[in-house]
Amino acid sequence: MNRSRLTGSRLIAVFLLGCVLLNYPLLSLLDRSVEFLGVPLLYAYVFVIWAGLIGLMAAVIERPGG
Amino acid sequence: MLQGWFIAGSSFAYLGLLFAIAYYAGRRADAGRSVIARPSIYALSLAVYCTTWTYYGSVGRAAASGIGFLPIYLGPTLMMALCWFVLRKMIRIAKANRLTSIADFVAARYGKSQLLGGLVTVIAVIGVIPYIALQLKAVSNSFTILLHYPEIVMPSRADTLPWQKDSTLYVALLLAAFTILFGTRHLDATERHEGMVAAIAFESVVKLVAFSSVGLFVTFGIYDGFGDIFSRAGTSPHLAELLTLHGASAGASSWVSLTFLSMMSILLLPRQFQIAVVENVDENHLRRAVWLFPLYLLLINLFVMPIALGGLLHFGAAGVDADTFVLTLPMVYQQQGLALLVFLGGLSAATGMVIVETIALSTMVCNDLVMPLLLRLRWLGLSRRDDLSGLLLDIRRSAIVAILLLGYSYFRAAGEAYALVGIGLISFAAVAQFAPVIFGALYWKGGTRGGALAGLSAGFLVWCYTLLLPSFAKSGWLPSDFMDQGLFGLALLKPQQLFGLSGLDEIAHCLFWSMLANVGAYLGVSLARSPDAREARQATLFVDVFRVTPAPAGAAIWRGRAQVDELLPLMGRFLGPERARAALDQYARERGVASVDALAADAGLVHYAENLLAGAIGSASARVMVASVVEEEPLGLDEVLDILDEAYQMRAYSRQLEQQSQELSAATRELRAANLRLTELDRLKDDFISTVTHELRTPLTSIRAFSEMLFADPRIELTERRRFLGIIVAETERLTRLINQVLDLAKIESGNAEWHSAEIDLREVLLASVEATGPLFKERGIALDLALPAAAPAIKADRDRLIQVMMNLLSNAVKFCAPGVGRVTVSLKVEAGYLWVDVADNGPGIRRDDQKIIFEKFRQGGRGNDVLTGKPLGTGLGLPISRQIIEHFGGELRVESAPEEGGIGATFSFSLPLATQEVKPT
Repeated sequence: MNRSRLTGSRLIAVFLLGCVLLNYPLLSLLDRSVEFLGVPLLYAYVFVIWAGLIGLMAAVIERPGG
Repeated sequence: MLQGWFIAGSSFAYLGLLFAIAYYAGRRADAGRSVIARPSIYALSLAVYCTTWTYYGSVGRAAASGIGFLPIYLGPTLMMALCWFVLRKMIRIAKANRLTSIADFVAARYGKSQLLGGLVTVIAVIGVIPYIALQLKAVSNSFTILLHYPEIVMPSRADTLPWQKDSTLYVALLLAAFTILFGTRHLDATERHEGMVAAIAFESVVKLVAFSSVGLFVTFGIYDGFGDIFSRAGTSPHLAELLTLHGASAGASSWVSLTFLSMMSILLLPRQFQIAVVENVDENHLRRAVWLFPLYLLLINLFVMPIALGGLLHFGAAGVDADTFVLTLPMVYQQQGLALLVFLGGLSAATGMVIVETIALSTMVCNDLVMPLLLRLRWLGLSRRDDLSGLLLDIRRSAIVAILLLGYSYFRAAGEAYALVGIGLISFAAVAQFAPVIFGALYWKGGTRGGALAGLSAGFLVWCYTLLLPSFAKSGWLPSDFMDQGLFGLALLKPQQLFGLSGLDEIAHCLFWSMLANVGAYLGVSLARSPDAREARQATLFVDVFRVTPAPAGAAIWRGRAQVDELLPLMGRFLGPERARAALDQYARERGVASVDALAADAGLVHYAENLLAGAIGSASARVMVASVVEEEPLGLDEVLDILDEAYQMRAYSRQLEQQSQELSAATRELRAANLRLTELDRLKDDFISTVTHELRTPLTSIRAFSEMLFADPRIELTERRRFLGIIVAETERLTRLINQVLDLAKIESGNAEWHSAEIDLREVLLASVEATGPLFKERGIALDLALPAAAPAIKADRDRLIQVMMNLLSNAVKFCAPGVGRVTVSLKVEAGYLWVDVADNGPGIRRDDQKIIFEKFRQGGRGNDVLTGKPLGTGLGLPISRQIIEHFGGELRVESAPEEGGIGATFSFSLPLATQEVKPT
């Protein structure tokens, strides 16, 4: 019970984190003509954060017994 | 090879394959060995979210607005994090109440209202029709383009063709036939289609593979990786603009509204509800879906921008629609196989969407729109027909054809005015109107039927006025006056600048006004009166689904009279007589009743029958039907609330009981452990007493023996007499020492010992001990070395006790050293907050096995017997007492010796913390 509540709280935290990271005004901060490994910074940022969120969600929900 | 017949043949072969998969999975499901009962299949089937809109349209949107295509996929990713709450709850509710569509879900929550179910159905059909039109458009366009290979020809405007020659119409009819085959082969009370789900999961894989193949071809075949494409695009000012937020026309309002829309769509689109809720086999599959589905979305979007930029770089402004880049780029580079794969991928995206969406919509149309109307028309005599299950299937089949034809009509009317993504967003905005009533249904008990009706109607009307009608106007299907001048010439009523609101794009504009109207009306009307009895009951079943078990709670809130021989024919009419009979048989078995006829027609049975019917004809109609054959006593709100309260209290009591019994068993466990400990202590005490008495008896025996000899024989010589008396004195001393030590140990162990702690200098204590034992050393000719530092920190301890410890260690060392060559070293050092005292000898050492037992009471090292008596010198209590003393001051006493490895002697060490705190004995 407690552990599942903790999983739930963590998922909500991931949701809120994603809402902030993948939104204005943070996006506009990264909107500059800098490149990251040949890819414009904005794109690299969005995809990296996106993948990171997915990883976090998987880690939270697939924890053994979680 | 890309002739018309070949493309068509490949398409049919592909559809045949899909059907084979569905057929196989269906057979397996009937045999009870489901192929879709896997979490990954569930996650993949959720990817029915990605339609041709994603497949072709994302590239189109990326070419027009850069990163602006992404919120449509970021929203679902974020939503999946919340799905553990929201979706799990929806699944639980739908399963408990046998809800088979989103219309049913809303209708059931707000008092099983037929009107509400009908309204949701109408909104869903009208809202989703443009989306279906989009699939038709995509399939027919991609077919036409591929047909002209190797030339790149954009499809002519559809409405210039007469309808008989329009391939889109045939695509629509073909998909209708295919969907009918898939979804309405037989009637299932749970509306689950395992075969379809398997096929959808397969299609998701095909889509991803086809799209990624093009992406890889463009990125690494045509260009030299991501960096190459982006750097080339960077040289053109127009394309460089796409790579920024500014050029992406993705302003904050647009970004936020698209994210919100897509978050809602992932739950509320009829097909998503069908796949995620109705077709769910096990709610634990959500675990995998929570991350696998977002991962799918990420992968399918990875190559969108490279393809869009690649297309723009290649075609420039050559009049090639960016929506077609996925197909036209492989064609330009003469990749026939790849182009065909792309076409099939698009086909699978379209068929997946159309199949699930029309099945979901047809269920809604049948259960929540047509059946309620038909059952009201008494002249049809439906309520007297014996078996209506065939009719239900026919209605669904007709609904599927009708929906696809409506989609085709929309395509003819408005299809060319919008790019793919634009059309899809219109649908998203429509289903977002369900959000307030659905979230209200899940988390708020105060929502009423009136509130839901008002909210939905208001939001839907605003949506029609600000988004749907303008889409007609833009396609020239409606006069565009009202667009430019506002309705009745009132500028304030301009559909896309309502009340003068400007600066938002049309989607954000529609979303703002429609949500304002929707939420406002829902809350306002709901709060105007308190929920009635049925609403309160349904609210409890929904909101508290994790807390109340629905069957008893649902059954408890019903009172009336019913008869089995009326319920059975009623169920038979909609489920088919055999299935109805079988269902009741099963119910009887579960109840432990011999046969159906012996069943008591109580509240539980009525609830069961109503639930079963709800699966077939929707909860609202099921309630009307059941009410027609049973005599129901209306319950007042207060009664319902009382019953619910009772249910809660029962639950609370049972939880309390459970808790108490847990506490009791915990207490029992503790008691048992304590008892065990006591028994063990008792045994130790007995051991101790028997050892002590044994130890006392030994010296007593020898004292008595020698005394008796002296007493019996007065003629013993003087020297002999002195020797005997010497032994008696020595044994008496030993006895005294033993008794003193036993008392001492008992005092320390019981915590009654007196400790006189004072600031002491350990060096002085060591010197005093050495001095006191000096004669002993001299007597046996053993050398004693002292290695003391010039000064040592003062500590707080009992001086006499420490001297007792040192004397014990020193006398032990003397005992075990060989006379004449023995050497004992005493040293003192400060280390890690402790003072360490070592007493090292060069005796025979102590074997590892003995190192543990020498600290136990009455256990001795074994060597060094008394010269006089031949018995061990010590009492076997010195080391245990010393250890207790040292531990009392928070230090430790240990021994190091390794005679087995050739080490010399033994070293006893004890430590005392610099900041001494007396440890209370346990």
